[in-house]
Amino acid sequence: MKNENMFHKDCMYHNDCESHKECKSHKDCANKSPQQKDKGCKDACCGFCCTKLKNFGVIIGKTEILRDVNLHIHCGELTAIIGPNGAGKSTLLKAMLGDLKATGELKYIDAKGRRNGKPLIGYVPQYLNFDAGSPTSVLDLFMACRFKFPVWFHTPKRIIGHVEEALSRVKADQLINRRLGALSGGELQRVLLALALDPIPDLLLLDEPVSGIDHNGLAIFYETVSQLRKNYDLSIILISHDLDLVYKYADRVVLLKKTVLENGKPQDVFQSENFNEVFSLKWKNTDTQGREQ
Amino acid sequence: MDIWYSIIEMLPFEWTGHTFMKNALLAIILISPVFGILGTMVVNNRMAFFSDALGHGAFTGVAIGSIMGLVQPLWSAVIFSVVFSIGIAVIKHRSRMASDTVIGVFSSTAVALGIFIQTSGGKSFGKAMTYLIGDILSILPSEILLAFLLLVFITVLWIVIFNKLMVVSVNPSLAGSRGIHTFWNELIFSMVIAVVVTVSMSWIGLMVINSFLVLPAAAARNIAKNQRQYHLLTIVISVVSGISGLIASYYIETASGATIVLIAAVIFFATFIYRKRFD
Repeated sequence: MKNENMFHKDCMYHNDCESHKECKSHKDCANKSPQQKDKGCKDACCGFCCTKLKNFGVIIGKTEILRDVNLHIHCGELTAIIGPNGAGKSTLLKAMLGDLKATGELKYIDAKGRRNGKPLIGYVPQYLNFDAGSPTSVLDLFMACRFKFPVWFHTPKRIIGHVEEALSRVKADQLINRRLGALSGGELQRVLLALALDPIPDLLLLDEPVSGIDHNGLAIFYETVSQLRKNYDLSIILISHDLDLVYKYADRVVLLKKTVLENGKPQDVFQSENFNEVFSLKWKNTDTQGREQ
Repeated sequence: MDIWYSIIEMLPFEWTGHTFMKNALLAIILISPVFGILGTMVVNNRMAFFSDALGHGAFTGVAIGSIMGLVQPLWSAVIFSVVFSIGIAVIKHRSRMASDTVIGVFSSTAVALGIFIQTSGGKSFGKAMTYLIGDILSILPSEILLAFLLLVFITVLWIVIFNKLMVVSVNPSLAGSRGIHTFWNELIFSMVIAVVVTVSMSWIGLMVINSFLVLPAAAARNIAKNQRQYHLLTIVISVVSGISGLIASYYIETASGATIVLIAAVIFFATFIYRKRFD
């Protein structure tokens, strides 16, 4: 274990690091059930950048929205959260952001093995209920989020350069001078993704919109997210409503309904009883591609 | 002040002979950019109704100050309206009531309380009329200094806080993920509006002050594409309608606050008609 750790620390790129991919404990860990994992995983996990939720719960007013959520998210993994409406999916992300008060703990350990209490989180919200007539351009939003220099005064060239670079990560650099209100649903989502990636976060939280983006647009979005995960070795948590795409792109699926019902590889979760019960449908696995019936 | 007077006297107009006009003009030039700047965010954050309520709170503050026997009830009004704005912000934050309901409750209570105090003991309401209609022509040099300080303060504040406020106005959760505290930033902003509205209430007039805050920004919004254009246009519209409203009110003998607002309203409708259906 110690040797492995050493090797990892020297590894510049996690992607290329063979031992990371083949790290036995890492794999074992993913296959264990949540209960087992919680006990055994502390030691089993290779110990770099991972995010742990322990007995996480949220109570709003007198309503318990979430309880006993135990999750372990590894870097370089795309974890999809699925569940029925009102299952607490968005609430979970908001609690992780610190927007809502939560019980339990959120722990983050970064790649250097040093314990960071709070990870740097990138967040793509589900809705932006801003005024569509607002005179706020994409550049304005980036500049306001990233720089102290007053947006209303002047935009220095170096800031424009920085924003262009950030947008080009999601191939959205042509949108820089557009108004937020003039963007389509898919364009806005890409811009928000670029914003969440600037600076490159430890943990990326994506709350997928229920409507406004067509299936094709979503597929492109998933492709982009998938690429980013590989390139930047991010931990990604994605709330999704599109089971097809989850099946295709996610490394791990969490079925959430007040608490974690299932947690594992897509094919395992999609064939579980809980899954059938929650979505009241049968999942047919046709080779590599899943289809709803 | 003397330098200002001599500059204005060089203009070939009849009104430049009056000291009160020269004072009022300087005050307008100082205070209208303040309203323009704050107005941009009031409109962005959909706080038009909120700022209107703050004016009502300020009115109550003046009433309380006058029963306490203060000669200058302004400072008690400032304190009261700041407390009032904190009250609205906290209750809005804590409860799940719709914000317009919360504001409506506070606003009506404040107005009722203000009138109740002003008329208690059979006093006439007449004295309070100054605050409702406003009178910029009787502004004193010391008040002009106050307007200048406000302008400096707002400019500095805007350099420090604007970026954060803008992110909050786009999406509070997004702001949260960026380490921006929504509640505190909004609280500071509403307290500042409370102070500015209260201080300038007796100059512009309570009944129209909110329009002066909202109209220039609303007009600029019709044609602006980004925050720089938005601010520039708002300030220009604000200053232009301020100066032209003041001078027009001299010739047609009307209340200057109302005249300024009417001109701003004309500009709003003009930009509304001419706005491009932008991309």
